[in-house]
Amino acid sequence: MSEHPPEERDWTEVQSSAEFVELRRRLRVFVFPVSAAFLLWYLGYVLLADYAHGFMATKLVGNINVGLVLGLLQFVSTFAITGLYVRYANRKLDPLAARLRDSIEGEGK
Amino acid sequence: MTVLAQGVEGNNPVLNISIFGAFVVVTLVVVFRASRNTKSAADYYAGGRAFTGPQNGVAIAGDYLSAASFLGIAGAIAVNGYDGFLYSIGFLVAWLVALLLVAELLRNTGKFTMGDVLAFRLRQRPVRAAAATSTLIVSFFYLLAQMAGAGGLVALLLGISDTGMQALVIAAVGVIMIVYVLVGGMKGTTWVQIIKAALLIVGGVVMTVWVLAKFGFNPSALLQGAVDKAGALGEQLLAPGKQYGKTETSKLDFLSLGIALVLGTAGLPHVLMRFYTVPTAKEARRSVVWAIGLIGLFYLLTLVLGYGAGALVGPDVIAGAPGGVNSAAPLLAQALGGPVLLGIIAAIAFATILAVVAGLTITASASFAHDVYANVLRKGRTTPEKEVRVARITAVVIGAVAIGGGILANGQNVAFLVALAFAVAASANLPTILYSLFWKRFNTSGALWSIYGGLVSAIVLIIFSPAVSGGPKPMIEGVDFHWFPLENPGLVSIPLGFLLGWLGTVLSKEKDDAKHAEMEVRALTGVGAEKATSH
Repeated sequence: MSEHPPEERDWTEVQSSAEFVELRRRLRVFVFPVSAAFLLWYLGYVLLADYAHGFMATKLVGNINVGLVLGLLQFVSTFAITGLYVRYANRKLDPLAARLRDSIEGEGK
Repeated sequence: MTVLAQGVEGNNPVLNISIFGAFVVVTLVVVFRASRNTKSAADYYAGGRAFTGPQNGVAIAGDYLSAASFLGIAGAIAVNGYDGFLYSIGFLVAWLVALLLVAELLRNTGKFTMGDVLAFRLRQRPVRAAAATSTLIVSFFYLLAQMAGAGGLVALLLGISDTGMQALVIAAVGVIMIVYVLVGGMKGTTWVQIIKAALLIVGGVVMTVWVLAKFGFNPSALLQGAVDKAGALGEQLLAPGKQYGKTETSKLDFLSLGIALVLGTAGLPHVLMRFYTVPTAKEARRSVVWAIGLIGLFYLLTLVLGYGAGALVGPDVIAGAPGGVNSAAPLLAQALGGPVLLGIIAAIAFATILAVVAGLTITASASFAHDVYANVLRKGRTTPEKEVRVARITAVVIGAVAIGGGILANGQNVAFLVALAFAVAASANLPTILYSLFWKRFNTSGALWSIYGGLVSAIVLIIFSPAVSGGPKPMIEGVDFHWFPLENPGLVSIPLGFLLGWLGTVLSKEKDDAKHAEMEVRALTGVGAEKATSH
């Protein structure tokens, strides 16, 4: 547990501080649009697989058809988003969160 | 020989049991070693929060790649082609919800259970009771599906067709699982999952390379092999629609399933609990990254294994084998490497059931002991020692129920139970978790409306669905009381869960801005988050 009883702290003050507002903005500006994007891309893919059989069965190379390529692209986009988020979090979120954490936990020492 | 009828031709039950026995012995040694440091509640529930991100990521993969996704997806691809592949995509993409929206914030604000996160700023007792109810129900459905699957697997791999003997094996599997959980707690369970995931992935890679080598490492030739083997309608294997494209209802059913899969994962209690086994939110993030890598890799392997089983064994042989589509991967192993590889894959399949069932049991027992016993019944007036004792007793009870349920459900069509678990998780748990983490106005009334509303609507819709009565393969034969056309309730119950959460919130005046401020600051910065216990 933390060394400082959390009840004694004014959390609303921290919450409205410029640094915290910036941290929240940075988190939300990444995770909300990206979540919407990958969910729409997944939903679009499911709808194509569900209602556009002819299109999905179009062959591209040998037996490799559009459906297989789009399916594999779901894997690619999932791995890519994972990589992008980790890079973003390491650069933009972690340093700011650590600074805030240190300043809050450092109080009263 | 009537009892020990040969399950699969060329199968060697003694060899299968020996390899599985070796797995049990090795894991038991590991579990007993892990138990030496299991003293506190954090040790029992969360492995002392001392696992690294990569370790936890491998354990998550071990927990998530259940028999349904290992045997089931490979078999579905072998028999239904592309439609089987669709499952794996939903199961994988779902992890982005966990990565971006849930894992780190949950790790920073909770201790052991989903109820912890909700109780942070809502009224403790009602939301913990609701969270525990939903956790126990989701875990029980999932558990029952795994245990019932064990019966079919026994028939297939040990060549036991007598139901009494199968019951005995199901009981033995249950007892080993209880020992893992009682002795090793979360630490022991995690190591079992790590060992199993490593075996599963190594086995999958070996078989995939082997299959590809047979087709000159040309994926197109592999697909052609599957098409040729399937006969006149073989071309259908390559495009979507073979299984779900028949009618407009079945297409809607697939859409419903697809939504439940992608939104359910981040609401599964046994997945959520794994995020508490690491020391920090950053390690929780690393665990999800590892899990996504391994789970994605494994589903790519199952694509090759599924079409490989179609090409080398043939869909008719697979569908006709004891265990049905679940036998595709074991039969492929046999076609490639004879009885030895079959034995190894069979043992991995058993290990899979053990590891997944152990994870579910510890989650359900933690939720009962921590949420219901310690906080709802005792109102926090109990000691961690007592709480862990209750958790251990609960684990034994749940294990016994799982054994009994598994024996009763043996041979029944319970595949829909896994889909139901995902649907309930997505309808009842995910809305509450997301609202609680991201919506300032959210309150107790909203949480109760969305948990109970999502839970009840999902269960009612499934009871009156063709999966239970009136469908092609119903759970109850001979009667027809279904009025809901879809087998999967997600399409209706998930939006309903979100809607009720919103409605319940705005209809109640309760509001606690100070507590919300504390929760948000802690969630984003990790201030005051539970630390790892050191030994």
